[in-house]
Amino acid sequence: MTARDEILARIGRAVAGAPDVEIPRGYRTTQQAGDLVELFAERVGDYRAIVHVIPEADVPGRIDELAGSRRMIVPDGFDRAGGWADLGTADGVITGCAVAIAETGTIVLDHGPGQGTRAQTLVPDRHLCVVRAGQIVAGVPEAVARLDPSRPLTWISGPSATSDIELNRVEGVHGPRTLEVIIST
Amino acid sequence: MSATFLGMPGNFPENASEAVQNSQLRYNLRKATSTIRGKRAGVVAELPDWQDLRAAGKAIKDHTLRNLDRYLVMMEEAVTRAGGTVHWARDAAEANRIVTGLVQATGEREVVKVKSMATQEIGLNEALAEHGIEAYETDLAELIVQLGDDFPSHILVPAIHRNRSEIREIFLDKMPKVPENLTDDPSALAEAARLHLRERFLRSKVAISGANFMVAETGTLVVLESEGNGRMCLTLPETLISVVGIEKLLPAWRDLEVFLQLLPRSSTGERMNPYTSMWTGAVEGQAFHLVLLDNGRTDVLADEVGRQALRCIRCSACLNVCPVYERAGGHAYGSVYPGPIGAILTPQLRGMSSELDASLPFASSLCGACYDVCPVAIDIPEVLVDLRSKAPHPAAERAGMKVAGWILNDHVRLAQAQRLAGRLRGLVPKRLPGPASAWTDTRDLPEIPAESFRDWWERGGRDDRA
Repeated sequence: MTARDEILARIGRAVAGAPDVEIPRGYRTTQQAGDLVELFAERVGDYRAIVHVIPEADVPGRIDELAGSRRMIVPDGFDRAGGWADLGTADGVITGCAVAIAETGTIVLDHGPGQGTRAQTLVPDRHLCVVRAGQIVAGVPEAVARLDPSRPLTWISGPSATSDIELNRVEGVHGPRTLEVIIST
Repeated sequence: MSATFLGMPGNFPENASEAVQNSQLRYNLRKATSTIRGKRAGVVAELPDWQDLRAAGKAIKDHTLRNLDRYLVMMEEAVTRAGGTVHWARDAAEANRIVTGLVQATGEREVVKVKSMATQEIGLNEALAEHGIEAYETDLAELIVQLGDDFPSHILVPAIHRNRSEIREIFLDKMPKVPENLTDDPSALAEAARLHLRERFLRSKVAISGANFMVAETGTLVVLESEGNGRMCLTLPETLISVVGIEKLLPAWRDLEVFLQLLPRSSTGERMNPYTSMWTGAVEGQAFHLVLLDNGRTDVLADEVGRQALRCIRCSACLNVCPVYERAGGHAYGSVYPGPIGAILTPQLRGMSSELDASLPFASSLCGACYDVCPVAIDIPEVLVDLRSKAPHPAAERAGMKVAGWILNDHVRLAQAQRLAGRLRGLVPKRLPGPASAWTDTRDLPEIPAESFRDWWERGGRDDRA
């Protein structure tokens, strides 16, 4: 008997006769949140990320300003000329996102056009992410519904951090130590 | 290499009475657990539907466990379809053999690891070392434990028993190239870990992880973390091997909407943890292997009371609120699963044949704080009491209980015994002799009345009330 068959048979014996369970879903799946941009900006800021809320027309200029002379990777599909190519020597990366969650201050990348590979948003020390106001949803259920599970997904809530020393959060371990978010309205 | 808990001698009361003498340990634990308790309470109170999420989380897990065979097959199909390879392991030895073989097939002699309870449970690092493969832990707390040649003492923060100055000492002692002027500032310690592991992340070809969740419907694996070491391991190496307990399954993609709210708020007390990675099968050219681990879980599943322990999502909220854990610390439990959840999980996974494992169901005051905070509503006190009845008891205790049962089962015998006790009450000592003294060391013997209630009633005591 293979391990697979044996484990499946053991499970069958273990649960035989047990009743099935209905799943109550009384929790909030859609929310009447007020100003999503304001809430998202506040919650991202709570993680000690840097937040800019600016009109869409000002975004390219602000990116130039923030990138300065840094060697920033600009992934395929992101509307900006130039960009640094070498992952090992890059100072940072500029991306968009797939969806953002106001209640938890979370950005989700599905690594589609303009969002770079997983490594590109991980290895450089600085991540500049542009979130369009229309991409912000109120809570986690709305975000899960919008995402495509067949894509690799990276959920980002603030810069790299750890709570491993006396359970206090300190920023800056292996991921980007600076997370800068431009919310384009 | 960190040591393994398997076959650890002793029992909980002895381990705990030793641990409570360590004032540094008690101070570290009190400080850390009170910090995290406050944070958790704050972010849980923010959600008006917390109890609804909790009820949904409990029901999703129960439904999954009831249909576990069907969902595992669905998971296997989905992962295979997405280019991954699925392996099944009946026990620790089989899982270790599979993983060792997969690493050997790559020709590599070292692997990086993301913090994983399942691989600790099966002693994977030690098994790999026997075959000349070095496993490097990359989570900061795991790194502290590994460098300090220490045991983990907490599910989420294995080095919770260490404070910043102890961590600094370990780093200075064990990390090559650590700056000599390293301070005990947590951000400086985090920076030291970053420098220590950076190069290894970039050159490692094989990574080993666990998973917080796997979704049967889509074949997706989910890892929650804080530091980015998880992302490094999951993303950069050419081969990824994930060892996951079969109970980590969720039926549908949608179910993540519940658990991605329950877990971060319960574990680190944050609205969301810094990083969560999700992947389905082989991604961006990586080879992916999933090892589905039983290792005693199907035995737990067969127990009608105990099976609820399999709902556990390893958040560690029960450890952080437990008055026993806070004082005794995690090492006293002699398992990778310490605290209240460990006290019900370890004896079920390993059995109660060792003295240590048989003592674990008694490592609790049954105060119920663990049940209150559990995000999937595991009634830990209920399982503890059930396990206590199944634990081996000493012959004298068994004989005593048999006699008590014989007397209490018959009202004539009970009345006779009460009269006898009443007559001999002057002879009963305040403290019991011999081994029974352990009981009266911390408790008073009840006063035996001169006359039993029944006799008083029969004598017409009911008329004395006026």
